[in-house]
Amino acid sequence: MAGIDIEGLATVYPNGVRAVDGLDLHVADGEFFALLGPSGCGKTTLLRTIAGLEPASEGTVRIDAADVTRTEPGKRGVAMVFQDYALFPHMSVSENITYPLKVRRVAAATRADVASRTAGELSLDGLLERKPGQLSGGQQQRVALARAIASEGKVLLLDEPLSNLDARLRLEARTFLKKLQRDLGITTVFVTHDQAEALALADRIAVMDSGKLRQLGSPREVFARPANTFVANFIGSTPMNLLPGKVTADGAVTVAGGSLPASTSSTPADAEVTVGIRPEYLTLSTGDVTGPALRGEVVVAENLGTQSLVSVDCAGTLIGVTVPEETEPTPGTPVVLTAPASRVLLYTQDTGELLTFADSTARARS
Amino acid sequence: MTSATAPARGRAPARDVAGLGVGRALGFVAPAMLLIGAFLIFPALWTIYIGITNYRLTGVEAVSPSMVGLSNYTKALNDALFHNALWLTLLFVLGSAIIGQNILGFTLAWVLRRARPVVRRTVEAFTLLAWILPSTVVAYLWVAFYDRDGGTLNGILGTPGTAWLIDYPMACLVVFNTWRGTAFSMMLYSSALQAVPPSQLESARMVGASGWQTLRDIVFPHIRGHVLTNTLLISLWTANDFSPFLLTKGGPNHESETVPVYIYNVALQGGELGYSSAISFLLLIANLLVSLVYLRLLRRRS
Repeated sequence: MAGIDIEGLATVYPNGVRAVDGLDLHVADGEFFALLGPSGCGKTTLLRTIAGLEPASEGTVRIDAADVTRTEPGKRGVAMVFQDYALFPHMSVSENITYPLKVRRVAAATRADVASRTAGELSLDGLLERKPGQLSGGQQQRVALARAIASEGKVLLLDEPLSNLDARLRLEARTFLKKLQRDLGITTVFVTHDQAEALALADRIAVMDSGKLRQLGSPREVFARPANTFVANFIGSTPMNLLPGKVTADGAVTVAGGSLPASTSSTPADAEVTVGIRPEYLTLSTGDVTGPALRGEVVVAENLGTQSLVSVDCAGTLIGVTVPEETEPTPGTPVVLTAPASRVLLYTQDTGELLTFADSTARARS
Repeated sequence: MTSATAPARGRAPARDVAGLGVGRALGFVAPAMLLIGAFLIFPALWTIYIGITNYRLTGVEAVSPSMVGLSNYTKALNDALFHNALWLTLLFVLGSAIIGQNILGFTLAWVLRRARPVVRRTVEAFTLLAWILPSTVVAYLWVAFYDRDGGTLNGILGTPGTAWLIDYPMACLVVFNTWRGTAFSMMLYSSALQAVPPSQLESARMVGASGWQTLRDIVFPHIRGHVLTNTLLISLWTANDFSPFLLTKGGPNHESETVPVYIYNVALQGGELGYSSAISFLLLIANLLVSLVYLRLLRRRS
């Protein structure tokens, strides 16, 4: 019921920077939605504009179909967890959790009930009388979540929810957060600069750059079919290979001294394109193969745990390819790289927009 | 080659942090200690000493004062004018420091926090100007402001002929000193407010806390230590402030005679140096007591 509708939204700072620049977005009820992008892309400003902490310069924000563009933050039915959790150091955990209720002058007995119930949901039992300073980072985060939940907002906003935790705790908190969101079923928007976090948590991801939306889609879509080279570069723990290539007449592209299959139906022959292929989707073999392939020589292999990233020199261009552990070829080995046509993405060289899947490009723009 | 590892002969290395050794360290401190001794400690001890004599500005006792024990102090306890001075000092501290400067200073700091930099700097500059101008200049300005004939205040209010400094002397002094000293509280609170994390204020905003709730629940607990320190400092400064003399000379008829002004009047108009020294010592004791109470409050917080 409590979806978020954003139309033509712009947030302009007094110095003229358009941090959010004419954005349209719909977040469905109960959805776990990620705003992803490099620092300075406007994702946090967008979140703060939804919260009402930054005034919108143009456009509208609707929550649960009600226009809240000019509504005070406290009256929007929105709860927010800040990056530093913003717990009040002089209040106990229990007072922190129930502060939203205290503001609304809810009776003390009711507040105590809510505190113990919410603390139970977030595994904070036994900590209610402590001060935030006596809690671990993970516990502090859960107190901040508990406070947001206790305020009974229709929408939950999380600013970089995992960035203040150390690496191990972060994975634990990620699982916890996803389960919590599923259990509560509350519409949640979170901001992150970590693509792995966005892929792991979100139902849908909005990739942003310079205040604009660059792609909107499920984690699978965004990962497998980046709508443009910006998204292609940004998503994925190993960078996507982006190489200059040329479309040939027989449904392939010549690239790096060899060729790869591609669906070239929407592209004229001889067109100059940027060929994008993820290292995970390339197959490395040492024998001979038939059909379009790239031939080169192994330069280095980097161990990534269960797999290795092998850099292959193909006619002077380095191409990354992942192989399962313990199958890394030694440097100097001549190898052949192949890929299925469905994984080879073609982008225009000038704008960097995806050519192969024209429909998904159009969707990202809408 | 045992000599290489043997401890060095001669003086042991200095053990203090700077590595100077006690002798040289004392040498560096000596000039400052001499100045403090000559201009602070000696006069203070001298005041205590003449406080138990009948030393006068003129006459026989000026040449050969004699010891009178504690009779100056017993006299003070029964002196209606001294009681009056104590009461007026309390009013002055309460009105102009604890309420006036504190609240006005905090309000300015709180409001200017979100103001445009140009506005903030301008207001800060004017407030600071009131603080750094010499007392004599400021006193002259305020005498002109309050003046009965052609005074600015009468001009503004359209009440020609009202003698503010004679009809309402204490109120005039409270307003004057609030104006004069607010800069310090404003600056102190401005920097204290920067220590309140913005995300906590925004959290309060997100849950719909009113301005007053935010101040009470979030801001004040953060700056409690600053409030106590500031109140202590401005209270002491105000209690010992002599500039009321420049406006009213304690008059009319002792109506604005705070303790420092009374001490001056007793010493230089009445010539009773011994008695005025005893009162000075009592003021010092009162200052110490107030400081102790504040320190106790500060400690209880941590």
